[in-house]
Amino acid sequence: MGVRTWIDSWPVYRQLKGTDPLGRGAAAKSGPSARLTPRVASADRVVKSICPYCAVGCGQNVYVEDGRVTQIEGDPDSPISRGRLCPKGSATLQLTTGGAREHQVLYRRPHGTGWERLGLDTAMDMIADRVIEARRAGWQWEVDAARTRRTMGIASLGGATLDNEENYLIKKLFTALGAVQIENQARI
Amino acid sequence: MAECHPVGFQWVMEAKARGAKVVHIDPRFTRTSALSDVHVPLRAGSDIAFLGGLVNHVLTSGRYFHDYVVAYTNGPVILREDYRGPEDLDGVFSGLDPDGRHYSTATWQYEGTRMRAASGERDQEPERAGTEGSVSDAARGESHGSGGADIGTGAPERDETLTHPRCVFQVLKRHYARYTPEVVEEVCGVPQDLFRQVCELLTENSGRERTTAFAYAVGWTQHTVGVQYIRAACVLQSLLGNIGRPGGGILALRGHASIQGSTDIPTLFNLLPGYIPMPHAHQRQDLDAFVEAEATRKGYWGDMRSYLVSLLKAYWGPAATEENDFCFDYLPRLTGSHSTYETVMAQLEGSCKGYFLMGENPAVGSANAKLQRLGMANLDWLVVRDFSLIESATWWKDGPEIETGELRTEDIGTEVFFLPAAAHTEKDGSFTNTQRLLQWHHQAVPPPGEARSDLWFTYHLGRLVREKLAASRDPMDRPLLDLTWDYPTHGVHAEPDAEAVLAEINGRDAAGNPLSSYEQLADDGSTSCGCWIYCGVYADGVNQSARRRPGEEQDWVAKEWGWAWPDNRRILYNRASADADGRPWSARKSLVWWDEERAEWTGHDIPDFKADKAPGHVPPPDAKGPEALGGTDAFIMQADGKAWLYAPSGLTDGPLPAHYEPQDSPFPNLLYGQQRNPVRHLPPPHPDNRYQPSGTEPGSDVFPHVATTYRLTEHHTAGGMSRWQPYLAELQPEFFCEVSPELAAERGLEHTGWATIVSARAVIEARVLVTDRVASLTVQGRRLHQVGLPYHWGPNGYTTGDAANELLHLSLDPNTHIQEAKAFAVDIRPGRRPRGPAAVDLVRAYRARAGIDADTGTEP
Repeated sequence: MGVRTWIDSWPVYRQLKGTDPLGRGAAAKSGPSARLTPRVASADRVVKSICPYCAVGCGQNVYVEDGRVTQIEGDPDSPISRGRLCPKGSATLQLTTGGAREHQVLYRRPHGTGWERLGLDTAMDMIADRVIEARRAGWQWEVDAARTRRTMGIASLGGATLDNEENYLIKKLFTALGAVQIENQARI
Repeated sequence: MAECHPVGFQWVMEAKARGAKVVHIDPRFTRTSALSDVHVPLRAGSDIAFLGGLVNHVLTSGRYFHDYVVAYTNGPVILREDYRGPEDLDGVFSGLDPDGRHYSTATWQYEGTRMRAASGERDQEPERAGTEGSVSDAARGESHGSGGADIGTGAPERDETLTHPRCVFQVLKRHYARYTPEVVEEVCGVPQDLFRQVCELLTENSGRERTTAFAYAVGWTQHTVGVQYIRAACVLQSLLGNIGRPGGGILALRGHASIQGSTDIPTLFNLLPGYIPMPHAHQRQDLDAFVEAEATRKGYWGDMRSYLVSLLKAYWGPAATEENDFCFDYLPRLTGSHSTYETVMAQLEGSCKGYFLMGENPAVGSANAKLQRLGMANLDWLVVRDFSLIESATWWKDGPEIETGELRTEDIGTEVFFLPAAAHTEKDGSFTNTQRLLQWHHQAVPPPGEARSDLWFTYHLGRLVREKLAASRDPMDRPLLDLTWDYPTHGVHAEPDAEAVLAEINGRDAAGNPLSSYEQLADDGSTSCGCWIYCGVYADGVNQSARRRPGEEQDWVAKEWGWAWPDNRRILYNRASADADGRPWSARKSLVWWDEERAEWTGHDIPDFKADKAPGHVPPPDAKGPEALGGTDAFIMQADGKAWLYAPSGLTDGPLPAHYEPQDSPFPNLLYGQQRNPVRHLPPPHPDNRYQPSGTEPGSDVFPHVATTYRLTEHHTAGGMSRWQPYLAELQPEFFCEVSPELAAERGLEHTGWATIVSARAVIEARVLVTDRVASLTVQGRRLHQVGLPYHWGPNGYTTGDAANELLHLSLDPNTHIQEAKAFAVDIRPGRRPRGPAAVDLVRAYRARAGIDADTGTEP
């Protein structure tokens, strides 16, 4: 550190010589705080998103650095939310990147007392087999002599937390399977 | 609203800063109340009495918007001579069947025509005639609600002077005459002075120059008369001319990011995309018969065939042809209600063997949570897709029934798959917010580990099932194998392209080009469209829901942010913002208007009316569908183009809202001899779903307090997205109940201590918050203490507690099959609840003390 730098970093000197005679701003700033930057400053990109909690639909900016989401903030451009988020929306980073999320498929066998690991492909294959079987077991061509062409063997619940496109595929697939017991939070 | 939709509430505060008065009507004093001009605490479950009182005030004081009522509502329409209402029949409407559990709606019709609902359940009606096989037993309350298979012809009789004794306006006056300020005070516990203050604020702020908006959270729907709550607000807002105008309306504040979208593109049993009803089982059930029964003669539902055929083309593509009725036969048929609560009954009974839970936690969030768990314990298999190990995934090892000994892990045969779900930051897709606005969220990063989007799960599940059945010749597999299911995928996980799905939802013309409006849809199979009301969201091949022109660069309508259905209109029925001649009711409330020179509708918003239909337009007598709408038929989705002060069809429980007590209520109904909604939907009796004595019945005093459930700012629904987040868990760290100082003194409840809360279904415990926020009220001459219960908790996550929904019964609104979560009766006592089998014994002892059996509370 040169003498010049050393003197410049002395708050009293900066207070006397600089633009902050009362020492309440720039003169009182330390080196470490001067070097602070917003945690979003180094982000590689900002991805436009929407809050996943309630149905107000606040805009979110998702900051990504080195392939990881590093921060989620309100989007000031949104005419709905004007950059604001509530406590839940502000916790979206924890929701999406927090340690409470499961990353692996878990399986409980009939009468089992604990979880077991199962590969995703295996699980998908097993589920597909069970869908075919339960669908057949619950199949009804007719009820009281009226044609129904349906299965009462399988049911689905959920959709209000999902995307429109996901709801569309769920309704389309389950309807083609003949399932009618398709429901979501709107009824609750 | 400040609690549950805080960021939306900023606009209420903006309005307040410009002089608006804010009235908050809620049993609980919240952040909303703190910022309101007036807070009105009332007894949970008494809202129709309160709203009816407002209607009565508007009618008797003559403060309704006369010109609006005459032009745009069915106020002038004359009813049949044989209609009788609660005034005549001590609380019920004409047409109640001898068993007292369902209505025939014939006498509710207009004189001169048979009118039917805009959409809904007309297809079910033929069974009622009893001539074609009987699935009516299974149809239960849902099989009512329409005027019959024939389409009404001829014009209803009208009296523009509103003086004919049988015109809707006069019927309304008589119906609400008994909803006086004195009755409001007795039933709701709202002092007359406070009630009159609300009357004054409401009427002085409605008319040509001013508009009033009603905002409700969906707790309004969670009653045995939930639909009638909303209807009561409709009656009031239509009388005051507050619909289709800026600053008006009835705004449902919904609680999930895309709960509106999942209703529009429904994962619901009774609907197809765009509110087309799912077909019911009949002898004669081809496409033409269905459309004839369902479509309206007049209005945009008159084009239902185009919407439905285009949907069938989106589902089954080239396989759907004119010759095979566009695969209409591929749609599975309903036989009554198949709602989530019937599904639980089907699980308990053993016919429903496999269950998917996708982002929903019924073991905490659904009414009578115990029945949900018992149902799941009787499944062959269960698939849970969520972020964390929610209660619905782990009940088999640590649920409440394991603790009480009612279930043993080793005895439960249910096979459980837990599949981790991708977050919204890890997938592309659109949410539809509570104002019908679609907004796209872009993928930021791929999902971690084995987490996948529900788009991925559904697409690949369908692909696998189709591959396994590819060689099948069984006709039951044809709908699956003919399904269009060839979405492009990308990336290492083969994620389906969400925008390709959106393009299918939007629809295509015969050449495969994106459509831009539902007006282009055809009924001959030349167009495809996955959801007709969303047609235009992908106009010109551009994802309109991803538009993000900053709000500051736009006017207050902000039409270039996202895309609202239908046709990007931001306020529905906005033709009503102009008078009958097409001029704005007032300059300061202008929204759309008729431009005489250019002979078209124009304005700040996109007109919700055919652009070139003049205000004076009179349709030819033989016109059908949209062509039959006249120049003042502002309510274009209605079968008569009018806002309904009185609903001649479409509802199962009456054409006018009437106050009934909740299923479990400590009070008798002061307004009528009829205690409860006679046609409320009660599932078959179950020992864990007993009802309580009400009013003056013996045993009613065992449960003397009214309880209600609600949300907190810091948590979300059943907690799956908030109890696992450290910040949120710290902000609201424990389940609590809110009680008044009076109740605390009466029952010896200590602030921050424990309370035990009991209903005929369950016992739970909660920390005690003694507060003036849940005020005790004087109702029918006695002090009523209410118990407030946030319903976010369950045994898992960082913050744990009993689930409030354990206390609830299944007694449902007969139109929607939504449970009565917002008003029930409990007892409360100090201290923690018993553990193990003693908890079950306590509930049993309460039932015995109240004399409860399978019949209690089940009378019509």
